[in-house]
Amino acid sequence: MSKDAILGAIRRGLKRGPLPDDQKLALRARLEAHPRHLIPARAQLPRPEQVALFLRNVEKEFGTTARVANLSDVPAAVAEYLAANNLPSDFAIAPHPELESIDWASRPLLTLRPGRAQATDAVCLTHGYAAVAETGTLMLPASPHRPTTLNLLGDTAIVVLRASRIVGWMEAAWDLIRAENHDETTGGFMPRNIMWVTGPSRSADIESTLELGAHGPRRLHVVLVDDDPTAVA
Amino acid sequence: MLATSPAFKQNVKGALADAGLQKALAFTRPSFAGKRSAAVAGLPEFEQLRDVGRDIKNHVLANLDFYLETWAGNVEKAGGTVHWCSTADEARAAVLAICQKAGAKTVTKGKSMISEELGINDHLEKFGIEPVETDLGEYILQLRKEPPSHIIAPAFHLNREDWEESFRASHTDLDEERVFGERRDILTEARKKLREKFLAADVGITGANFLIAETGSSVIVTNEGNGDLTQTLPKVHIVLASIEKVVPTLEDACTFLRLLARSATGQDMSVYTTFSTGARRPGDLDGPEEYHVVVIDNGRSAMIGTEFQEMLRCIRCAACMNHCPVYFTVGGHSYGWVYPGPMGSVLTPSLIGVDKAGHLPNASTFCGKCESVCPVKIPLPKMMRHWREREFERHLTPQTMRTNLSIWAWFAKRPALYRLATRAAAWALGLMGRKKGRFHTLPFAGGWTDGRDLPAPEGETFFARYARQQRETQS
Ligand code: SF4
Repeated sequence: MSKDAILGAIRRGLKRGPLPDDQKLALRARLEAHPRHLIPARAQLPRPEQVALFLRNVEKEFGTTARVANLSDVPAAVAEYLAANNLPSDFAIAPHPELESIDWASRPLLTLRPGRAQATDAVCLTHGYAAVAETGTLMLPASPHRPTTLNLLGDTAIVVLRASRIVGWMEAAWDLIRAENHDETTGGFMPRNIMWVTGPSRSADIESTLELGAHGPRRLHVVLVDDDPTAVA
Repeated sequence: MLATSPAFKQNVKGALADAGLQKALAFTRPSFAGKRSAAVAGLPEFEQLRDVGRDIKNHVLANLDFYLETWAGNVEKAGGTVHWCSTADEARAAVLAICQKAGAKTVTKGKSMISEELGINDHLEKFGIEPVETDLGEYILQLRKEPPSHIIAPAFHLNREDWEESFRASHTDLDEERVFGERRDILTEARKKLREKFLAADVGITGANFLIAETGSSVIVTNEGNGDLTQTLPKVHIVLASIEKVVPTLEDACTFLRLLARSATGQDMSVYTTFSTGARRPGDLDGPEEYHVVVIDNGRSAMIGTEFQEMLRCIRCAACMNHCPVYFTVGGHSYGWVYPGPMGSVLTPSLIGVDKAGHLPNASTFCGKCESVCPVKIPLPKMMRHWREREFERHLTPQTMRTNLSIWAWFAKRPALYRLATRAAAWALGLMGRKKGRFHTLPFAGGWTDGRDLPAPEGETFFARYARQQRETQS
């Protein structure tokens, strides 16, 4: 079988047989410990500055942001954004408990369709699991409450994110998912899919010049909910 | 993919005469290098991260069997299937079998260099399955039946008129009145066409930038989002990955993500970095029902334990070609196979044989720029030199070059004669080139002067000048 052929060829190259048990044990210990390597200093900042760095980085990557005090302010912020950009007021929305807890009826003009995205959806709204200040990156793990298609099919993607979920660097976001998520299928923590999203879709394939909205969303808008008193400057 | 690497010299002649290509090369060169250096300047720890990246990859290569087995075990735990393939033939057969079992008519594809290496598209077509490249650059190349000319900007050698011409020829439903005045118009047309394909596809094939041993995940890094649509919408997701893509943990991957986008496009982070682990879970509203990984050796294991082992650290960022004076003179197609530039000059002879690709490691100025920008510090010039030596040892070097080198060696062993001969040559060349200081053409040296000028000697050899300067400083 090719598996044995490949592993055999690797071992011949390394001039050894299968690893002895003690060395395997040491490698397993490294996997268990999953040590961090060098973490850049750029995001090692006090909380308010970390949040500010995140917002700056989203904008640097051609995303837009709005900041509200409470979850109950989200419908108004979304309605305002859609109107300001001449976008339709009906959208697909992630069936996430946190988003379901919002009183959307306070904005009767908004029409919500909970579920996955369809090809015809112009606007999709999803729930931000966490975000990384270092690069302005959103972490969007798939789950029944957070379908992947919402990140991709709409021309406009809106993400509602709580400020308390912003961490400095990628490794800290992995810590969150390692601690909080349980995957029934594997018994581990990894869900089927995790998308890290940094700004709207783009391509420079045509004459080496950047154009936004290649296959994914042309606009990415982050509505940040200030739920973290330590994060407000 | 069929290699035209043996015809490197003819390829180069064509490339030098191709005005469109030369324009694209001249336009892109400063922007590639400028973007990288700006991104690197924004991260003071970048140099240290290169060492960390190199060390992690070395650790993986020394334990590659262990990490591959661990990774494969975790893929299976997540309900995925691993297909181990030693050769391109086996990999093509594995992909075809999965597609046929799924009853596939259309297959969408994210960008994957190993797919080019294997020639997946031709194989699927032969069996009546339509492969559709969805990366914008790869899509236009598929319409034009051209291979990529760069590993991350596959179609940068084309200009807007080429895109328009191909769309008018291939998109038969296109209104004749339709205007393509702006790049945006081209993008809109491609997006619309490819949306239909994404929604209709039965199978999606992507490559993998990394495989994560601890979780059994595969990782893709893109800017367009095409790879994500490719792997999310169809019933079946197939990942193509070569054996050296595995890294131990998610934390290890972080180091490479910090290096990759900065080295490649000068971004801090690419737009979409996606970790896939198995198929759709119970209750999920989207995602593929089957997840397969075709893991491919195709010549890589034979590099382990040789002087080319370090090449397996490569993360395919393209920084080496983006900074290569040879690449920017001859373009990517001249290299004649999948991988161009310095990394191609080292990798191609390993994968298709030095007898076919021996010209490539010879096409180097040894300026060392590639090694100095490589995020995992691969000693590319040293390896090109190894290939030259091996080629020479195996008597694969062309007879004229061998003769010239032996004449040079004969003189070099006889210092007095050598000095006399070189002094005469330098004097003659100096006289001929005195006016402009450079030669645009030179008898018997067209291979040099067609793509670059030869600086005229100043009428004095190095030895003579050294001796004269010694005398001058002493007096
Ligand atoms: S050899 Fe180094 S610089 Fe070139 S593509 Fe590979 S990692 Fe990038």
